[in-house]
This record gives sequence, C-alpha cells and structure tokens, in this order.
Amino acid sequence: MPEKFDAIVVGAGPAGTACAYELAKAGVNVILIERGEYPGSKNVMGGVLYRKMMEEIVPDFHKEAPIERPIVEQRFMMMDKTSAVTFSYKGMEWAEEPYNNFTVLRAKFDQWFAAKAVEQGALLLNETVVLECIVEDGKVVGVRTDRPDGELRADVVVLADGVNSLLAKQLGFHKEFRPDEVALATMEILKLDKKIIEDRFNLEEGQGCTIELFGDATKGILGTGFLYTNKDTLSIGVGTLLSGLIKHKIKPYELMEYVKKHPMIRPYIQGAEAQEYLAHLIPEGGYRSMPKVVGAGVLVAGDAAQLVNAIHREGSNMAMTSGRLAAETIVAARERGDFSEAALDDYRKKLMSGFVGQDLKKYKDATHHFDKFPQYFEQYIPMMNRAASQMLTVDGMPKREKQRKIWRDIGPAKEKIKMARDLYRAWRVMK
Amino acid sequence: MMGETQPAASAKGASIEEKQYLLRFNADTQSHLHVMDTEVCLTSCPDKICTVFCPAEVYKWEEVRMHVGYEGCHECGSCRIGCPHQNIKWVYPKGGHGIVFRLG
Repeated sequence: MPEKFDAIVVGAGPAGTACAYELAKAGVNVILIERGEYPGSKNVMGGVLYRKMMEEIVPDFHKEAPIERPIVEQRFMMMDKTSAVTFSYKGMEWAEEPYNNFTVLRAKFDQWFAAKAVEQGALLLNETVVLECIVEDGKVVGVRTDRPDGELRADVVVLADGVNSLLAKQLGFHKEFRPDEVALATMEILKLDKKIIEDRFNLEEGQGCTIELFGDATKGILGTGFLYTNKDTLSIGVGTLLSGLIKHKIKPYELMEYVKKHPMIRPYIQGAEAQEYLAHLIPEGGYRSMPKVVGAGVLVAGDAAQLVNAIHREGSNMAMTSGRLAAETIVAARERGDFSEAALDDYRKKLMSGFVGQDLKKYKDATHHFDKFPQYFEQYIPMMNRAASQMLTVDGMPKREKQRKIWRDIGPAKEKIKMARDLYRAWRVMK
Repeated sequence: MMGETQPAASAKGASIEEKQYLLRFNADTQSHLHVMDTEVCLTSCPDKICTVFCPAEVYKWEEVRMHVGYEGCHECGSCRIGCPHQNIKWVYPKGGHGIVFRLG
C-alpha cells in the first residue's frame, strides 16, 4: 500500500462512498476508510433512499442495487392514545420508473455501494479507525489510524465520519453537540411474510408504503415514529430529541415497546418477529448547528456536516450530494494544484446554493420552534383527534352543535388566540 | 420496571435484554467508554440519567459505582452528549470491533 494518496475519505456511508466513487471515477487515487467490519455495519437509517441523488452518482442503480420496495404511498398519522387522524398520498406514478424513493436496509445497501466505488478504482480499507487528522503548517496533510504504522498522507482529506463528527471537532470546526441538537432513534427490523405485508398495507406485489407517526408515538415529546415496508421485513422506529428523553426520563426501548403496542400500530406488526434492534443519533440541529465544512486540505460531508432535513426525513440524499460536490471540488483543485481553504471553498458555495443549503436554511428554526413550544404535539394533535371523532360519530347530536362543542373544546378566548398565534408561527417557520 | 431475570413481555424481543440478544457484537477486550471521575456520579448526579436514556442499558448504577457494559454499546454517542457533567470519555472501539449491524 503506498503511503501517499491523492485523497483520503473517512467513513463508507452514503457521503463518503459517494465521494470516493466520484473521485475514483475521475482517476483520483483515493482510499476509503471504514471503521466497521464492512460498510454499513455501523450505520442505521429508517430506510428511505431517494432515487434522484443516488442516480446522479450511479445511473439506473435500482436495477442492480439491493433495494427493498419502491414507495407508492406515504401516510402521516397524527396519533392520540387510542386514535389517529391519517393523511396519505398514494400515486401510481411512483410505482414505475423513474420512481421517487425506495426502502433499503443499510447494511446491505452500503456494502453494495462501496463495492461500486471499488469497481471504479477506490481502495476500501475496513476495520480501521481514524484517530485524528495530521495537521502541518495549519493544513491537513493526512490521517493517523489505529493500525500499526497507521499514518496515511494525502493532498486532501474528506471527513464523512458520521453524526458524532469527532474529527471535525478535533479540528475545532464545531463544539460538542448539545442534547437538543441530536435525536436518538431506535429501530427494529421485524420479519413478516411478503404477502402479509402487501395485504396489510394495501399494496400490489413488490410495492412499498411508508407511515410517519406523530404525537402519541413519542408521548407528545418532539420527535417522530415510523413504520416502513421492506421486502419481507418491516422497519419500525421512534426518535426524539435526546433532550426530550432526558427531560421526561424516558427509556428509548420502552418508548419503542409503547409504539409497538399502540392500538393504531399493533395490527400492522402482529405476528412479526424481531430480527435486529438498532440505535443511532440523527443530527437535528440543522443549519444553525452546521460546523465549518472547509479547511486547508479538508472537507466535511454528510451527517458529520449535520446535513439532515428533519422535517422531511431527508439525510442520505443530502449526504450523497455533499459527497459528490466534495469530489467535484477536489477534482478541480487537483487541476490547479491548490488545496488551500480558499480553493476548496467552492464546495461550501455549491453545497449552500443547491437544495441542501436552501432546504437547511428554509427549516433553520423548525426543530427549535417545535421543541420550544410543545403544545403542537401535546395539545393540538389530541384536539384534532377529538374533533374528528366528534364530527364523525353519529349520535343524534346536530352537526352545528357538534361544531360548537369542538370550538368550546379549544378553551376560553385566550386559548383560541394562542392557538391562532401558534398556527401562524408554525407556518412562519415552515414556509 | 423490568426484572433482571424475568423477560417482561409476551412478544419476543420486548425487553432490552432480549433486544440486545438479537445483535452481533465483536467486543474488544478493553472498554472504549470511560467514566472520567466516578465521584461525580456518586455525589453530584442524583438522576444518573445515562442509565435512563442509553438505548442499550450500557450504564447501570451499582450502589456506589457506575457499571459500564461497553460490550453491548451501539456506539450512538448519546452518553457523551447527554451526560450532564461531561463526565464520559467516548471514543470508537478499535477498528472492526464493537457492534456489527447485519440489516438496518
């Protein structure tokens, strides 16, 4: 193994692998370093992979990649204790090419994706932890790993080391995260017969459905749950801000059991057998928590750069796009032979002017807002459920009287004003 | 809430012990998690909140000391961020060691 590479990429998740793939394709001598036994062995994702950003890297990937099901329906359940108001969109345009998104199992998918990068010429080094970046004269010139004689050098290092982002923190690119900047998500993979999945979720053969769970799924704490269909398994999960678990003293696995036993969820998963239990952090701080993403000889991509749109449960797509843009920037920097911070800053500019930066900016206050004002999840979702129950229960009460009852349920005038103000505020942070 | 010896529930994988049993670990012989000052847990931390929010019940309070069952760690990072006294030194396990997810 040569000691000096053109580029070192740390972390074989969606960001790092996308970056290594693009670099290798452009003829750059790149090493991709993964701490796990194999790519994906440390990675967790609810499971939705967006077609567009993946296809910008590997065209027609779905024909050969280990995908689970193309999603044709997305449901949103606003849950109370024994009820739910559900919205859904189902469209047959999503059932055919080019598709919108797919469910995937990360351990399988990431291995496949990393193998594609290797096919392009990237060198994959598994079972290796990068302990720190080597900095000389203010410039990152390589990494120190936990292997014997574990120093590797390169013109540029890409940090795609995931949500904990230890390497960028060492470089002083960000401080330690606060408990309200990360969500702790737990997930289980439940085995269930294909045909039963299709019957329960109202699907034709091979099609998939996602259900997002709001409100009682997280006992009113800011967060969401989800239930996704894979080929012959279901992915069920629940995530809340770490600060929420701390404040309410809730054990994440007990919250998981609560969701699994919820009367709105139980029938979907009945008889399904748990195969794996997984926990992982999600960066939720958004735009305001983003670290510095460019330095001399170094770029930060994916979760390590906090690139997650929590409102739209997008992350892997942003990771892939950031990895691809990092590669583009490195290829251009190589042509000029300049890896200074100024030369690499094109990466930040491209990232922030595209959908990644624009969406992060759009929702920059959303998580903080819903965390600060818990009434959306604690009060308004139950209220919505009571209103639906009232209007749709036929009990001889005239409809106008029912409407008056729902109106009274909101509370005295000052509560109504507060609710109107909250709805306006919610619109402001989401618009 | 959950007994040490009695699995709490009907469905398989309901208790944390059963959930952890679903996983594959390639544990190192040395811990990658360290409580830096054990006195802090004893004297300044009545809630011992890490024993609550850790998704793998790695942290267990044993009368006067914190037991750290690093072998079952998911390497999520919550304890490092969530410890109210920043009292946990947290690094990744040695390359190839620790949790090995097979699916998700």
